Amino acid sequence: MSKDREFDPQRRQALSCLSAWSGAAVVWSLVGGVPRAFAADAVGRAAAKSTGTLTFVQISDTHIGFNKPANPDIVGGVRRAIADINALPHAPALVVHTGDVSHLSKPEEFGQARELLAEIRVDRVHTVPGEHDALDDGLAGYLKQFDHDGKNRAWYSFDQGGVHFIGLSNVLDFKMGSLTSLGDEQLAWLKQDLRHVSHSTPIVVLAHIPMWTVYAQWGWGTADADQALALLKRYGSVTILNGHIHQVLQKVEGNVALHTAMSLAYPLPKPGQPGVGEPGPVKVPAGELGKLIGTRELTVVRGKHELAMVDMPLDHA
Amino acid sequence: MKLSILSLALALVAAAHAGLAADAPTVEIRKFAFTPQEITVAPGAKVTWINRDETPHQIKAGDGSFVSKAMDTDDRYEQVFAKEGDFRYVCTLHPFMTGIVHVHK
Repeated sequence: MSKDREFDPQRRQALSCLSAWSGAAVVWSLVGGVPRAFAADAVGRAAAKSTGTLTFVQISDTHIGFNKPANPDIVGGVRRAIADINALPHAPALVVHTGDVSHLSKPEEFGQARELLAEIRVDRVHTVPGEHDALDDGLAGYLKQFDHDGKNRAWYSFDQGGVHFIGLSNVLDFKMGSLTSLGDEQLAWLKQDLRHVSHSTPIVVLAHIPMWTVYAQWGWGTADADQALALLKRYGSVTILNGHIHQVLQKVEGNVALHTAMSLAYPLPKPGQPGVGEPGPVKVPAGELGKLIGTRELTVVRGKHELAMVDMPLDHA
Repeated sequence: MKLSILSLALALVAAAHAGLAADAPTVEIRKFAFTPQEITVAPGAKVTWINRDETPHQIKAGDGSFVSKAMDTDDRYEQVFAKEGDFRYVCTLHPFMTGIVHVHK
């Protein structure tokens, strides 16, 4: 019933003619509860055609503060992405950042990240924490800058444009030698939160670490994700957006579609890539980085709802 | 014969002392693993962790008895182990990374 599909470079080539996208970000639109993602110019056209459309952008893994050879100019890359977002013909309703906002959880990194994100001409930027945002003082430093509902915790929900958005934290709670998890307190909150959501409402979940086990040897999964998915699977349209692994992967399970996104910082190896023993930053020749931190994927899932998604490289025509 | 056994014993003692002086107990973090994964030290010994990865790591004892700051590349963390026991620890960023410090007389 479910399938893992890795990004197919041949497919990317075939699709490259479809768009004149200009940004290292995913642009999502929800049309009548159906999440779709469009290339930049397509966004404008699609929005012009339909009313009740919600468009938003996903960015991820900015790692503000990272200064190693794999990307010595993180801020420059983020600014290029922001310029692309600001140039979208139809301004997105919001931007979501799926974690690892900072690299080392330093106050100055969170501060710089917040200032950078404020350069996006959009009403709301919502974040969820990555494990790099939870160092030293747990999430205290992160929450000083990114406490979205004033409740001093890293999970929250809100409704916008007929969509129920849920931000989760899966970076603090773990058992030794295992994967990180959401934890019982957060799962109880999720159950409570969903009580007020009708089954026809499209749901978009944000969480940093993949909500399915991509590669346990590298910790690329969430130990108790199944409990969260069990709560979500009764809804007609559920889209889960993750980061963490700095590459595009997807899994579709019934009405639930799970997607990881590219990073805006540096590439990571493919899971279990031959000759690579660990998930560390990948250094690539000069000129290649802007292509590798933005792969692109478009998928249509036929059935009760469709989902189409476009990821774009920072370097684009 | 006696003499050679004695000299061998002396040499071993000297080597052991030299080893202690030269090799302060150190755990390298490299390629998302603790090396050595298990280390045995005497009570009162100071263990040093050094991060050789480009990715930060942070270690925390399973019983909460010690926790490092985030260690970026080449950062070190030192911890003195006063009491005997077996102390498991984990990287809080990558909880699949675990190690043990055995503290015995």
